[in-house]
Amino acid sequence: MSVAFDPAEKFQSYAHPERLVTTSWLEAHLGMPGLVVVESDEDVLLYEVGHIPGAVKVDWHTELNDPVVRDYVDGAGFAALMNAKGISRDSTVVIYGDKSNWWAAYALWVFTLFGHSDVRLLDGGRDRWISEGRTLTTEKAPVPRTDYPIVERDDSVVRAFKEDVLAHLGKPLIDVRSPEEYTGERTTAPAYPDEGALRAGHIPTAASVPWSRAANDDGTFRKLDELTAIYRDEAGLGDADEVIAYCRIGERSSHTWFVLKHLLGIPHVRNYDGSWTEWGSAVRVPIVTGADPGAIDRR
Amino acid sequence: MSLPSSLAEIRDDFLSFEQKDRLQLLLEFSNELPELPERYRDHPELFERVEECQSPVFLFVDVSAEGRVGVHATAPAESPTTRGFASILAQGLSGLTSTAVLEVPDDFPMQLGLTAAVSPLRLRGMTGMLWRIKRQVAEKSVA
Repeated sequence: MSVAFDPAEKFQSYAHPERLVTTSWLEAHLGMPGLVVVESDEDVLLYEVGHIPGAVKVDWHTELNDPVVRDYVDGAGFAALMNAKGISRDSTVVIYGDKSNWWAAYALWVFTLFGHSDVRLLDGGRDRWISEGRTLTTEKAPVPRTDYPIVERDDSVVRAFKEDVLAHLGKPLIDVRSPEEYTGERTTAPAYPDEGALRAGHIPTAASVPWSRAANDDGTFRKLDELTAIYRDEAGLGDADEVIAYCRIGERSSHTWFVLKHLLGIPHVRNYDGSWTEWGSAVRVPIVTGADPGAIDRR
Repeated sequence: MSLPSSLAEIRDDFLSFEQKDRLQLLLEFSNELPELPERYRDHPELFERVEECQSPVFLFVDVSAEGRVGVHATAPAESPTTRGFASILAQGLSGLTSTAVLEVPDDFPMQLGLTAAVSPLRLRGMTGMLWRIKRQVAEKSVA
């Protein structure tokens, strides 16, 4: 059972307006059958401090990742997670989170790997909901019994591995990390501790567009013409139909993936979740330092 | 290097719980971060920013004439994890002697059994806090 789309005017210019809902739409639809609201934050305790009434929490750190292998959960693991959250295969899932939906977009991207068809973001995320004075609660809503099917993860459409990136060189890449990480001054975002990459810099030819440029100060997405100016014009994507985005571990680039895929409507956008923690430590992959994208050196 | 009983108790509390309840305990610490004493409330210049934390966390350490350490910290309510870590250190270290604080193992944050529940980034933030507290204690004990 799917819930009607949010007809908000702002979304209509986007390629896939059905992927977003406004805070007012969500407030009006809370409790509607078929709708499950999911909170996914960078700070894993934030949900406990207060969340949107009826929302369930998905913890990116403990619930979306395999505990041993650096990979996401498998089909059985995802089905178990969905059942634990009261989500059916045909549920409309609206995800929101802190920091301009940074982690919410990551969760949405993982849902996409399992082909969950109706998954949307709350435009502006947690901060906007709070700044508008809407209700928060610490009460946990009862979770209905659901029977989510075991669907195998499909890594071939929206996910890129290191080998895919190597084969993709020459086509557009977007590096969404901070300028300091891009140039190679450092391997982690400013004020973030080191998470272990041996070399600094960026993948040759990647254009630098820090992820947060897609968001307004209130955490909502920028309007289509602004996004077009940033990505198609300035970053040179033009009419590209195949793009790979990456960051440090694939979370910030999920946000950009959402923008390129669902707002700008680029047909084939993949997120390289290995990102810099893999590339910056891999042996003999090409790396460029400095502010220039650089060229491919075919050795 | 040895763990003072105050911190050992906190560690044992964490380890006695299952993963999910450890987060709940961290949330309780977060809610119990002590308020700044009146005399430090309007003195941001005394406080040092913990650069290792992405959220704005500020620390100030005082050492009394009797050599007892006081750890004071502020962290925003919208960063409960970081706030919880600051609270553990403020509550676990305040009242100890300088020597005892300087002897706290640097990997104490890794001993709380939270590595599976909280990202390494966050735990390193706590390591940064501990390191800065110890540095301030060393500086202020010499003087």
